[in-house]
Amino acid sequence: MENDRKTLITGGHVVDPGRWNGMADVLIEGRTIVAVKPNLRTTIHASTLSRTINATGLIVCPGFVDVHVHFREPGFEYKETIATGSAAAVAGGFTSVCCMPNTQPVNDSRSVTEFILAQAAAARKARVFPIGAITRGSHGQALAEIGELYDAGCVAISDDGLPVMNSQVMRRAMEYASAFHLPIVDHCEECHLSHGGSMNEGVVSTQLGIPGIPNAAEEIMVARNIALAELTGARLHVPHVSTSGSVRMIREAKSREVPVTAEACPHHFSLTEEAVRSFHTHAKMNPPLRTDEDVQAVKEGLRDHTIDVVATDHAPHAPQEKQLEFDAAPFGIIGLETALPLTLNLVEEGMLTLEQAIAKLTSAPAHAFRLPHGTLAPGTEADVTLFDPAATWVVDPAQFHSLSRNTPFNGWTMKGLVVTTLVGGQEVYHATPARRDL
Amino acid sequence: MSFQRKDLLGLGSLTSEEIAFILKAAEPFKEISGREIKKVPALRGKTVVNLFFEPSTRTRTSFELAAKRLSADVVNMSPSSSSVAKGETLLDTARNIESMKADMIVIRHSSAGAAEILARQVRLSVINAGDGWHEHPTQALLDLMTIQENKGHVRDLRVAIVGDIAHSRVARSNMHALTKMGAKVRVAGPPTMMPPYLHRFGVEVYYHLDEALADVDVIIVLRLQLERQGSSLFPSIREYARLYGLTAARVKRAARDVLIMHPGPVNRGIEIAHDVADSEAAVILDQVSNGVAVRMGLMYLLAQRRES
Repeated sequence: MENDRKTLITGGHVVDPGRWNGMADVLIEGRTIVAVKPNLRTTIHASTLSRTINATGLIVCPGFVDVHVHFREPGFEYKETIATGSAAAVAGGFTSVCCMPNTQPVNDSRSVTEFILAQAAAARKARVFPIGAITRGSHGQALAEIGELYDAGCVAISDDGLPVMNSQVMRRAMEYASAFHLPIVDHCEECHLSHGGSMNEGVVSTQLGIPGIPNAAEEIMVARNIALAELTGARLHVPHVSTSGSVRMIREAKSREVPVTAEACPHHFSLTEEAVRSFHTHAKMNPPLRTDEDVQAVKEGLRDHTIDVVATDHAPHAPQEKQLEFDAAPFGIIGLETALPLTLNLVEEGMLTLEQAIAKLTSAPAHAFRLPHGTLAPGTEADVTLFDPAATWVVDPAQFHSLSRNTPFNGWTMKGLVVTTLVGGQEVYHATPARRDL
Repeated sequence: MSFQRKDLLGLGSLTSEEIAFILKAAEPFKEISGREIKKVPALRGKTVVNLFFEPSTRTRTSFELAAKRLSADVVNMSPSSSSVAKGETLLDTARNIESMKADMIVIRHSSAGAAEILARQVRLSVINAGDGWHEHPTQALLDLMTIQENKGHVRDLRVAIVGDIAHSRVARSNMHALTKMGAKVRVAGPPTMMPPYLHRFGVEVYYHLDEALADVDVIIVLRLQLERQGSSLFPSIREYARLYGLTAARVKRAARDVLIMHPGPVNRGIEIAHDVADSEAAVILDQVSNGVAVRMGLMYLLAQRRES
C-alpha cells in the first residue's frame, strides 16, 4: 500500500543541478521520484494523490549530501548520537551524511560499521554512510581491512583528524582502496609542523601568543597526497581546504586530470582568524580559520570548480569541553544546521549561482563519493529538501537538534531556511511555525 | 582621567593615558615599602586570591607583599596543573573563589587567554600575572616605571628587547607598553624565536645582536628558557650564549648611560654575562622593588573602582 502513496510537490522552483532549474512540480510514488515537470498538477487527478505539498515561494532541490560529519557514536554519545546527529542533518536539509571513523572504538571493522548503520536505520532520519578507517585504530601503521569495510557499507576511507604521516602506508592504502573505487580522505596536516598549534599562524597568533599552525602544514600534505594520487591513480578527496596554497595546488592537479576532489567548510569561507580574538573557543577548529586572503581563495576555488563540495565537518563537543582554556579546548564546531544559509551567502555575493551552490551541497558530493543521491532524477530515491531562500532567522543554539551547541554563529542573522525534508519520500523534518515566523 | 576597568588583562588593549595613569597612581606606593612600618589600610577587609597554575616564586611573592602592604587578606592557591588534568575547569575554580567573596584574583596560567576567559565569567577583579605567551602586564608596567625613574621619560628612547620573543609574554607586554609610550623598540634574537608579523607591533626586528644594540638607551634581556633546548629553536646553549648573550664588550655598542634590565630569574653566563648583571648599568633589583609598588598601585585602583 505504501508503495502506491503518491506525493506531489507543487508550485516550487525546482533546482536539480544539471537537470532542471525552473518552476516545476515533483511527483513521488512511494519512495521514488517519478517525474519532475512543469504543471504536473494539471495532469494528475487529485484523488490519486495521498499528499500535496505546496512549495510556493520555496526552492525544491535534492536532499543535501554532507560527506564530512562526526556523529560520535559509538564512544562519545554525550557529544552527539547518530539519532541526534541525523536529526540535526535533516533540520539542515541534509538527507545523506558520511560519518567519520574517529569514534571509540574507531570504525576499522565490520562490527562498528554495522552498528552505525543499525543505529542510523533505527533513527529513521538521514541516510548515514560510514567512512572506514585507513589504518587499524587510525594509528597510521597497518592497513585496516578495507575490503571488509567496503563490503560492510563504508563509502570512503579516512583516518580523519589523524593524517597518515607515513607516505609508504598512504601509498599502499591508495593502491589497495582503488580496487574498490573508494575515495581516500586524508586530513592534510604535517603534524610535526603543526605540533602544539591551536590557531592559524599569523598576525593574530602573534598578538595573542597562541601557538600557530602555518598554512604550510596543510599544503605539504596536499602536495604529497596529490603526488601519491598521481602515482597510484586512486581517488583522492581533500577535506576542509583552508589555504590559498591548497586551492592553487588542487587547481593545478585537476588541470592535469589527477583524480582529486575537494571540499570547503562554511566556516572556512565565512570567518577569518580574527574570530579567535578574545580567545573564543568556538572559533577553534582544525584546520584553523585563516586569513582573508585564504577565504577569498577558497571562494574562488568554489567558483571555478577547483573545490567541488561544501561539507560541514560537523564536530560536536560538550560545553564543558569548549569552556576550557583556548589551548586545552578541543578543535571543531557543529555545522549541519547553519550550512545552507552560509552557502547561500556565496550566491548573494555573486560568487556562485543558486544552481551551483545547490550542486556543491547535492550532486557534487554524491558524485565525489559515488552515492546514488543528490539528484531528483526519476527512478532515484525521493530525498528532497524544500527551503525558503528569502526567510531570515537568528541563530539560537538552544534550538538546534544537535546535542551540542558549539557554533561560532550564535546570534547571526541567517537568510535561507529549511522548511521540509523528505528522505525516501517520507517527511523527516518540517520547520515549526514559530521558527518560520522568526 | 581615571582607570575604570574591572580587570587588568593586558596592555594591548590599554591606551597610553591609562598606562600613564596606573604608573602615576603607583608612584606614592614606592615610599611605603621604604617605611619602618610598611603598611597602609587601603585594602583593609579585602581578599586577594593568588591563583597560580604555573610555578612562580617571585611574581607571586611580589603580588602577595603588595596586597599585604595594602592590608588585604591574601590567599595563595597553586593548583598543580591546568584544569584538564585536575578535573575541575578553570571557571569552576574561579566561581568557587567568587562564592567565598574574594575581591580580586591574581592569575597566572600556562594558557594564553586564561585571564580574559576568567574575567568574562566573574564579577570580581582579575589581574593577569602571566598567561602563556600572551601578556604579563604588571611586568611591563614595572619596567616602564624603572625606565622612567632612571631616564626621566620613555618617549623617544631606543629600547632593545633581546631573546626569545615568540615564546615571551614579557616581550609582548613590553612591546605594547613601550611603543604606546613613544619608545623606539627593537627586538633581537634568532629568526626561530621571532613570531611572524612583528612589525605590526611597531617594532624593528634584528637577527644580529651587535646591530640591535647600536646606541640603544635601554636593553631588556629576556630569560632563555633552558627547557627549549632540543626543540630546534637554537642549536645549543653554548651557541645561544655566544650569539645572543649580553657581554660587557657588546654593552659598549649601546649608549654610554645604557640601562640594562632583566625580568628574572637570570641565567648568568647565558643570556647575560655575570659581570654585566652586576654592573652599574644593571637595574634588575630596582625592577623587583618597583614591581611591588606597581602592583600596590594597581590593586588600589581596581579596589577603588569597585567601591565607587
